[in-house]
Amino acid sequence: MDVIIKDLGLLINATLIATPPLLFAALGSCFSERCGVVNIGIEGMMTIGAFTGAVVGLFSGNGWLAFLCAGLAGAVFGLIHAIACISFHADQTIAGTAINFLGPGLAVFLCKAMFNNSSDTPAMDPSSKLPKLFEGVFPTGTFWNNVLNVYSVAYLVFVVALICWFVFYKTRFGAHLRAVGEHPEACESLGIDVYKIRYICVILSGFLAGLGGAFVTLATINQFRPNVIVGQGFIAIAAVIFGKFSPEGAVKACLLFGFCSGIRSLASQSNMVSPNLISMIPYIVTILALVLFVGKAHTPAANGKIFVKSR
Amino acid sequence: MNKKKSILESNVLYTIIAILVGFVIGAVFLLIAGISPAVAYGKLIDSVFSKPKYLIWTLTYASPLIFTGLSVAFSFRTGVFNIGAEGQFVVGSLAACVLGILLDLPPVIHALVCIVAAAAAGCVWSLIVGILKVKRGIHEVLSFIMFNWIAFYLSNYVVNIPAIHKGSGEATKDVLASARILFPESVRSFLDCSAANWGIVLAVAAGIIMWVIIEKTTLGYRLKAVGYNSYGALYGGINANRSILTALGISGALAGLGGAVQILGMSGRLSQFAAQEQYGFQGITVALIGSSSPIGCIFAGLFYGAMKYGGSKLSIIKAPSEVVDIIMGCVILFIAISQVFRILFKNLTKKKEVS
Repeated sequence: MDVIIKDLGLLINATLIATPPLLFAALGSCFSERCGVVNIGIEGMMTIGAFTGAVVGLFSGNGWLAFLCAGLAGAVFGLIHAIACISFHADQTIAGTAINFLGPGLAVFLCKAMFNNSSDTPAMDPSSKLPKLFEGVFPTGTFWNNVLNVYSVAYLVFVVALICWFVFYKTRFGAHLRAVGEHPEACESLGIDVYKIRYICVILSGFLAGLGGAFVTLATINQFRPNVIVGQGFIAIAAVIFGKFSPEGAVKACLLFGFCSGIRSLASQSNMVSPNLISMIPYIVTILALVLFVGKAHTPAANGKIFVKSR
Repeated sequence: MNKKKSILESNVLYTIIAILVGFVIGAVFLLIAGISPAVAYGKLIDSVFSKPKYLIWTLTYASPLIFTGLSVAFSFRTGVFNIGAEGQFVVGSLAACVLGILLDLPPVIHALVCIVAAAAAGCVWSLIVGILKVKRGIHEVLSFIMFNWIAFYLSNYVVNIPAIHKGSGEATKDVLASARILFPESVRSFLDCSAANWGIVLAVAAGIIMWVIIEKTTLGYRLKAVGYNSYGALYGGINANRSILTALGISGALAGLGGAVQILGMSGRLSQFAAQEQYGFQGITVALIGSSSPIGCIFAGLFYGAMKYGGSKLSIIKAPSEVVDIIMGCVILFIAISQVFRILFKNLTKKKEVS
């Protein structure tokens, strides 16, 4: 019995480590997709966030400052995406593809330039990482230590999700952003500044994706490596589709995908099931969700379409 | 006047500007990194052009990129966006690799079987997405992205199956010599390039065949019509769904062929991936630089191949090879936003004509 509870604790712990990067990025993706701008550049924005977090954490020794800077770095890439897609009417998928070249390319380029041609940043001191919530309160290896003594950001992300839900459904801005993603022309005729709302949303999506990337380098591990993100940005997009483009849906989907990832990391230790097969689950589940719930899931109508201001 | 107008509206001009801007931004980052752009770009050019064997290497780097470029270009021309060339490339290379190891057939036939299997694998991988789109209305970009990652993990899974995995390493056993598409030993030693292979010949042939299909056949006309305006095509009696499936099938097969050429030509084995190898995404760049024309893709593929091969040599002068990603990312971004300038110039010239 004790062993089962302990294993359960480990599984919850692994889920709480795997979920935050996905959820931050997924919440960002929600903002972008709901305002009508497809953002497949989430992956690139996460990578640049992961790198910035690692570097600022290494030099400043302040995990929270590093976390914030990572968000800002992601926001810069969000801004690039916004300028290309909103002001210059670029094809949104192609601009996102460009971001996915630029983000990882720039991260590894700068890493090599700064750290003597090494593609990994030096490992940072554990004290520079983001703090854990109940450090040393519970004995190590116990159930409660595994469940409660996790990085505080792992809990913060759910607060952020709650705030996002509030913004989406309980504020004027949220109503506008949802409307802009459905019918920008109608919004414009009502005097809503479509470009402004879309700019805010896309920059915000970069900011949140950057935070998600930084969680990996500032909490899960303590350095940047070129393959820290691999695919998490795309899983986040999958989670948003699976969660029907809503923050509350994204939370559920990310917890599910985080749980898959938790099982994977535990299974890879025990060598029972191939971790590669478990890694496929989020993608297959998303495809199945699309097949089964098509029609029920509503994609924002103006998503991916170019909107040109009439003035 | 007309000449000026046609230049301002041509894709080539904007592509060249985008490439130049890409190099300028790459230079800025090289400067930030404390590396002289002149030295780095000099090395880049030097490593491609200074010896004939370097040019041969460039061709071997370019062949898979031409295939994925053609794949994406074909999809662009027919109105769908094959962002899944990455996954189709992977299942193609996987099929070629597995059959190349397990089958025991005479030379040439073995290679042909592997190539056909790779094309079929890419085709099927793409068709699944096509069927989801046609039957269930699921947007192809979304399902392509999912299938890219399913292919990624599927490949890593298969690479680790004992029957084809090699010892303690991270890769499969070597593909049998009978399945390889290398030039004969004498030619390779004459060219001084151990990986010189028929891939580039196949790639150029595929480009020409695709040009013929698109420009000279009724099939191409149907596919283009659907891409241009699916409602109009429907009105004209063209079955849009069937055309989309045909287009995606051909596009996927092209990407799968790229995977075969990479395995049977260049690498000879499949390694476990740590990250996506990006051949499919680089194919998007090739298609954009080549303005989605088959012949354009051949040249764009050669350009990208040169950048990749030259870029891999930058580490000799301690310059990060990732500058190539930065340059190419900027090129895509600027080609994507160049549309607005094209429309601007069009409107300007129109206004002038009116006045």
